[in-house]
Order: sequence, then structure tokens, then C-alpha cells
Amino acid sequence: MKAFFINRHLVQRLGFSLITLIATLTVLPILGVIVYIINKGAPAISWEFISGFPHDGMRAGGILPAIVGTLYLTLGTAIFSVPLGIGAAIYLSEYAADNTLTRLIRLAIINLAGIPSVVYGLFGLGLFVIFLNFGTSILAASLTLSIMTLPVIISTAEEALRAVPQAFRTVSISMGGTRWQTIRRIVLPEALPGIITGVILGLERAAGETAPILFTGAAFFLPRLPHTPFDATMALPYHLFVISTQVPEMPIQIQYGTALVLLTFVVVMNLTATFIRSRARAKRQW
Amino acid sequence: MTQMVKISIRDLSLRYADGTESLRGITLDIKANAITVLFGPAGGGKSSLLRCINRLNDLTEVRTLSGTILVDGENILDPKTDVIALRRKVGMVFARPVVLPFSIRGNLTYGLELAGERRKSRLDEAVETSLKQVALWDEVKDRLDDPAIALSGGQQQRLCLARVLALRPDVILLDEPTSGLDPISTGKVEASLQELKQNHTIVLVPHSIQQAARMADDAAFFLQGELVEYASGANLFTIPKDKRTSDYITGRFG
Repeated sequence: MKAFFINRHLVQRLGFSLITLIATLTVLPILGVIVYIINKGAPAISWEFISGFPHDGMRAGGILPAIVGTLYLTLGTAIFSVPLGIGAAIYLSEYAADNTLTRLIRLAIINLAGIPSVVYGLFGLGLFVIFLNFGTSILAASLTLSIMTLPVIISTAEEALRAVPQAFRTVSISMGGTRWQTIRRIVLPEALPGIITGVILGLERAAGETAPILFTGAAFFLPRLPHTPFDATMALPYHLFVISTQVPEMPIQIQYGTALVLLTFVVVMNLTATFIRSRARAKRQW
Repeated sequence: MTQMVKISIRDLSLRYADGTESLRGITLDIKANAITVLFGPAGGGKSSLLRCINRLNDLTEVRTLSGTILVDGENILDPKTDVIALRRKVGMVFARPVVLPFSIRGNLTYGLELAGERRKSRLDEAVETSLKQVALWDEVKDRLDDPAIALSGGQQQRLCLARVLALRPDVILLDEPTSGLDPISTGKVEASLQELKQNHTIVLVPHSIQQAARMADDAAFFLQGELVEYASGANLFTIPKDKRTSDYITGRFG
């Protein structure tokens, strides 16, 4: 009897140890990536690298056009996907009845999220670049990235809206509020931190994507910064792809330097999202 | 003593979309400047009736709703009713105190702001008057800009009542407003209601038979969607006519 008792506890302790070990192991790859990229890329980082143009067939100089291009693309994606995504989320969470149409919309959103990004790229090429005649441009690439980002924004925003207690809505309506007043004055402000988090995570993915901009807006090399939304642009992920595979005798630290800049960009966005979320949780009154 | 009828309910029946029949042929006159108590075991239809009177039932999926509810002689179930005006005139306090995620002041001015009131003097006056009506003014006057959630449960519920009063409603509906409160807070809410009935029509779903007996000018006993008996509180709780009423108030079931 006693032996059995000890045995049970031993099994439990072993089990927990194993689970803890596995949980710890999941942290290792991300730590590994960060340490490795910093280690290899840091020597390349200099003011000239961040603020200069590439030269000598991109084997020297800076990556300013790619940095600026990624900023433009992220901004362009935000302009289209944020209002559309939040609007759709408000509709689905606050207005839509549970009927065939909304079920169809939800199904579409789920499926959009599952489409491989290179397919978005081809779609954007067909629709925006060729059919709508936007050319290979920031505009076409931003629209393509927007479509890809929408499902992320819609589903996180809808989740944030639904998390706002139903009782707030009932009280507001019972005091003579319209649905829209209720949304604007209570639901949206309370859901905003969650929505912003979703937006940032969506945009972060857009910023790091290569395939959707490959045929729609990314330039191999541009000697100047883009002037209008109809110009093509360099972008960090595509630049990284190009200098890693297309340029012979590429100095290795420029590749890792570029990767480090992209990683920093994405991590900063991620940390911002985490910061907003945790601050909102602390201030939340429900 | 004859009193003016404020709310006149005629042959009201309600069935929800899931098939449950909530109210069956309810006919009831609710007097102005009195407390009318709707009581009975759970599932009797009391809350459903309350939610019909300010059309909160619009938020629920209703299959059939028939009959009329006249408030000041107007059928508020008419599709042409201005529901927003109705809800300002007929306020509602819920069982669980739901303070909105604003300051104490923000909770009180919310309804007026929805109605488009911007003048600070009007809003400040409404804050003070309504807080005094629920005897909360002295407790919170120095911290009106603190988050309302920081108040105790009893204070929160009185704030919810004050929030309704700020809209200067004619009718106040209360759905078990003291069910989660301690006896002292309950006493304060009840005292406020006794004051308020001078100028308001009050419809109360009490959380106990004792409260029903304490508060009722008129009392209506509901059982499984039917109005079993309706009389003055003094009569109904001492000489009930229906056996089901007397069984319930003497604690034989429920």
C-alpha cells in the first residue's frame, strides 16, 4: 500500500517534470533565432547601413530603400485593412443575425486565413496589377497584403468585441441608447486595446511577408525611394530573399544585418501589442 | 382611495423563439405613485413582463407577443412606438448591479448624454439630485470621478438606481434589485423606493416573499406565466383568495 502511494507521487513528479521540460524547450527556438541573428547581424549594423542606399550590386552600402519600402507597405496595408477589418468585426459581433449569410461570411474569413500567401500574390497580380492596371506598385502590394491581413484583424477584433460584457449593452439600451451609441460609447472603447493588438499582429505578419509582394510591388533593386503609391518598392523580406539567393558573392553579414533589421521591426511591433494588452488588462473595469 | 392607472396591461401573451411560453393572457392595471410587486416562483413570467414594459424584450428572440400594454394610454407594443423615448420614461434596474466602465459621474450622466444633453450645469445638477434620491450623495460626493467599480456592491446598486433616476423617468422597473445585497444595503434601497413612489410608478420584482409583503401597495402573484391573483398588498398577504397564493406565501411550495 505504502509503496503504491509513493509510486503515484513519483509518477506525478516525473510527469510534471517532463511537461515543464517540454514547455521550456519551446522557448529555445525563438531564443536561438534571436541570439543567432543578433550575433551574426550586429556587426553589419551601422548608421550607413540603415540610412544608405545599396551599391556595388547590393554587395555594399545600406538598405534604406528596403526599410522605407516595408514601412510604406505596412502603412498602406493598415489604411485598407484596418477600417475594413474593424467594420466587418463590428458587423459580425454587434449587428449580424445568425443566418446563412453571416455563416457564409464567417466561412469565407476562416478560409481566407488558410490560403497560402503565394496564392494571394498571384491573385493580387491578376486583380490589382493587371486587371485594375495599378502596375507593380506599392498600391497593388498593399491591397494584396490587406486581403491577407483581413482575416486576422476581423477575427481578433470580433473576439475583443464579444469579450465586452453583454450586460453593458443591455444597460445602455435600457437607458434609451441606440445600438450605435452603445457601440461607440461603450463597446468599442472597451474592446479597443484588444482590437489594436489584433491589428498590430496582423500588420506584423504583412510586414514580414515575401510571397504576396513578389509579383505585386516588390522591386529587385531601386536606386531611389518610391515617390508615389504607383511606384514599385524594395522591401526588407524580399530584399533578404534576393541577396540570399540571387546575388553571387554576397557578404554574409549584410544578409544577417538585413534579417536583424526585419526581426527588430517585427519584434518591436509585437512588444507594442503586448504592452497595450497588459496595460489595458490592468486598467479594465470588468 | 382611487388612484390613476399608469400602466394598463390587457391580455398579454408572450412566447419565446425557443418555444417556452412565458406569459399567458395577463391583464393587470398598475397604479401611479405606488409600488406594485410582481412575485412568485422562478419562471413565472415576472421578469418577462417587466422587460415587455420598456420593450427590452426587443433584444430577445420572441416568437409571438399579443395583447396590449398602455402606458399613459398609449400602446407601447405598437411598432410605431418611439422605443428610445419609452425607455427614458420607463427605467430599469437589474438584479446584478451593472456599473458601466466609467467614473461615478460618468455612469450618472450617461443616459442624459445619450439624449444629447451637453450643458455641464444640467449634468451636474442631475448627478447631485439623483445621488441624493438614493442617499448616496454624502458617501461619494468627494470622489465622483473615481471609477464606479470601486464602490461596494450595495453602493453600486444604488448608483444603478440613481443612474435611472437621472433620466427623470415616470416609471421604474426593478428586477430583484436587492438579490445580491446585504440587509443594510437592502434597507437603504427599500427606503429610497418608499420615497420615490411619491413621484414615480414603481414595479418591483422582489427577491423574497418578505420583501414583497414589506413593499407592496399592490401585489400580483405569478405562477407559470399566469396571473393567479392581484390585490392590494394588505389583502393579498393576509387574506389571499386563491389557494395557490396562500400555499405559496405560507411556504408550502416555491
